[in-house]
Amino acid sequence: MPNEAKRFKTKELTLNMGPQHPATHGVLRLVLDLDGETVVKCTPHVGYLHRGIEKLAENRTYTAVLPLTDRLDYISNMTNNAGYCLAVERLFGIEAPARAKYIRTIMSEMTRISSHIIWLATHALDLGAMTVFLYSFREREGLLDLFEMTCGARLTVSYPRIGGVRCDVSREFLDGLYAFTEEFPRRIDEYETLIDKNRIWLQRTKGIGVLTAEEAINWGMSGPMLRGSGVSYDVRKDVPYDAYGDVDFDVPVGANGDVYDRYRCRMEELRQSNRIIRQCLDKLPPGPVLADEAPDLDMPFEAAKKQVPDMSLLHASISLVKEYDAVPEGELYSAIEAPKGELGFYLVSDGNTRPFRMRVRAPSFVHVSILPKLCAGHLLADVIANIGTIDVVLGECDR
Amino acid sequence: MILLKIAVVVGVTMLHVAYATYFERKVIGHMQVRLGPMRVGYHGLLQPIADSIKLFFKEDIIPTDADKPVFKLAPIVPVFAALSALAVVPIFEGFVIADINIGLLFILAMSSLAAYGIVMAGWASNSKYSFLGGLRSSAQVVSYEVAIGLSLVGVMLLSGSLNLSEIVRAQQRHGHGMFVIPQFIGYFVFMVAAFAETNRAPFDLPEAESELVAGYFVEYSGMRFALFYAAEYIGMIVMSCIAVLCFWGGWTLPPMIVEALPALAKVPGIVWFLLKVYGHLFLFYWVRASLPRYRYDHLMSLGWKVLIPLALGNIVLTSLAKFLL
Repeated sequence: MPNEAKRFKTKELTLNMGPQHPATHGVLRLVLDLDGETVVKCTPHVGYLHRGIEKLAENRTYTAVLPLTDRLDYISNMTNNAGYCLAVERLFGIEAPARAKYIRTIMSEMTRISSHIIWLATHALDLGAMTVFLYSFREREGLLDLFEMTCGARLTVSYPRIGGVRCDVSREFLDGLYAFTEEFPRRIDEYETLIDKNRIWLQRTKGIGVLTAEEAINWGMSGPMLRGSGVSYDVRKDVPYDAYGDVDFDVPVGANGDVYDRYRCRMEELRQSNRIIRQCLDKLPPGPVLADEAPDLDMPFEAAKKQVPDMSLLHASISLVKEYDAVPEGELYSAIEAPKGELGFYLVSDGNTRPFRMRVRAPSFVHVSILPKLCAGHLLADVIANIGTIDVVLGECDR
Repeated sequence: MILLKIAVVVGVTMLHVAYATYFERKVIGHMQVRLGPMRVGYHGLLQPIADSIKLFFKEDIIPTDADKPVFKLAPIVPVFAALSALAVVPIFEGFVIADINIGLLFILAMSSLAAYGIVMAGWASNSKYSFLGGLRSSAQVVSYEVAIGLSLVGVMLLSGSLNLSEIVRAQQRHGHGMFVIPQFIGYFVFMVAAFAETNRAPFDLPEAESELVAGYFVEYSGMRFALFYAAEYIGMIVMSCIAVLCFWGGWTLPPMIVEALPALAKVPGIVWFLLKVYGHLFLFYWVRASLPRYRYDHLMSLGWKVLIPLALGNIVLTSLAKFLL
C-alpha cells in the first residue's frame, strides 16, 4: 500500500471562489487549495469594493463625511453614523442632548437587529435552510419602514448627526416600534424552531470554525466572534456611550468558540436588543434632539437650527470656523459596538475644518484575516459555514 | 397502439414536469410567506410555458476547451434513462407500456444509468466547479442506489414478484391494502434514498447554489440546461411512482376503506394514483423548504452507515416474519 501511494501522484486543486459567488457575501475572493474535499490553504483577497472612503474623508468637512460612513457597513448604517458622530463629538467636546442619546441608542439597537437578521438569513441560506431567510426578512421590512418613516431612507440614513440626530421621531414611529418589540420575541422563537435543534444544522455548525479565547484575542476579534469564544468584552458595557449606561442588558457569551456558539450569541443578542429598545422607549426623555453647538450643513425645518442658507461646502466650512475659535488639534480613537464587532474611528485633526486623517477600524477587515486559520484542514462545505459565521460585509472591509 | 401509449405517457409526463416546476415554486413560496409566480398568466399558471420558450431561444454556449461530443451527449443520458423507467410503470389497471416480469429491476437499472450523464457533464465541462459537483454527485447517486435496491427487497419478498402490476395486486390481498404498514422501515429508507438519488434537498450538495452554483451542470445553458432540469423532475416523478406502486397500493384503495365506503370504488384508479404521486411530490417540496443541507461527508456516512444497515435489517425481519407467519 505505501508503494502504491508513492507511485500514485496527486495534485492539489486550486479553486477560485471568485468575487462573484452567491455565498461570499459581497465581493470577497477566496483562493482555495483543495486536496480532494479538504481545504489545505485558503487565501482571501479583498479590495474589490474599495472606494477610497478614508481618502475622500480628507477632502470633506467633518459634517460632509457623514454620508460616507453610511456606506461602510451598508447593512448597519445607523451604527456607522453613530460611531463617527461620537468620535467627532469626543474630539470637539460636544455633548449630545439626552433625548438624542436615547434615540441614537434605539436606532443602533434596531440596526443591530436588522444586521443580525441579515446574518441569520444569509448564513442559513448558505447552509440550505432557505425558509429562515424569508421569515426573518419579514421583520426587517418592518424595521426599514420605521427608518423610512423617520428620516426618509431605508438604508443610507445619515440620521445620527454630530451633536445629536437629524430630527425628532414621530408618535407613529414610537407606536410602530413598540408593536414591533411586542411581536419580535415570538418571531425569534419561530426562527429557532426551524434550525436550532435540527440535527443537520447541528452537524454543520458544532465543532466547526473553532477559536479558543486566547486565539480570538490574539487575532483581534471583537463582537460575537470574541464573545463566542468565551471572552466577555462588549464596548457598550465596558466603555458606555450614548444611553447604554442607563439601560439594563446582558451580554451573551459562548463556551466553545465554534460556529454554533456564535450563532447562539447572535440569536441571544437579538433578544437583548429587543429588551434595550423596550427600556429606551419607556425612558425616552423629552427635549431637543440636537446640541446647540452642533455643526451641520442643512436641517429640515422641524429640527434645531444651524441653517446655512447656501448649501455649498464653502459656506459650511465658514460656518464651522465661525463656531469654533479653533478646531482642536490632536488625535483620537473612539470605538462603538457595531453589530459585526468593534467599529473604531481614529481621527487626526490639524486644526482645519476637514479631518487630516480618518482611519476606520472595521471589524470585518480583521475578521477576514482569520479565515485561512479557520478553514485549513476542513471541508469545502465548512468554508461556507465559516464565511457565514464571521459575518463580513465587504463594504467596511474594503472601505 | 403501443406507439400511441408511448406518446401519451411521454407527453403527459413532460406536461407534469413543466407544472411540477410551477407548483414547486408556488408551494415553496407559500411556505416562505410569499406568493411564488403570480404575473405570467392567471396566478402564474403560464410560467412554465414562458420558461420553456425562454430556454428554447437562449444562446447555446459551449465552453472553449470542453469535450464537445461528450458535452453534447451528457444532457440526453439522464432524460433518456428517466423516461425509459416510465415504460414499466402501470398507471392504472392494464395501462402499462411494457408489462415485463422484472419491472422493478428495470427501473433500478435505468436510474443507475442516469449517473453516467452526471459524470459526463461534470467532466466535459472543463470547469473545476463542474468537476467537483460531478464527482460528488456520482458518488452520492451510486451510494444511495444500494440503499434503494435493498429497501425494495422487502416489497419483493412480500409480493413474490418484480412485476409492478403484480406488486399492486399483491397489496390488495391484505386488508390495509398498502405495503407501507408492514414495510415502514423499508419505506423510510426508500424515501430518504430517493431524495438523495434525485439530488434533492437535503442532499442537494452537488448542486448547492451557495457552494458550487449548480455543480455539474453549471456550464450548461438553454435547452441543454432544460434537459438536465427536466431529468431531475422526471426522476422525482419516477421515484414517486415507485413509492406509490410499491408501498401505497398504486391505483387501488385499501379493501378496508372500499368495504366501508363502496361509492369510492367507482372512482377510476388513475385518480388515486395521481393523488398519491402528487402527495409525494408535495413531500419533496416540503422537505426542500424546511431543511438545511447535509455536508458531503455526513451525506456519505448516512448512506453507507445508517441506511444500508437499516435496509438489511428490514430484509431480515421481513424474511423472518414471512417464514414464521
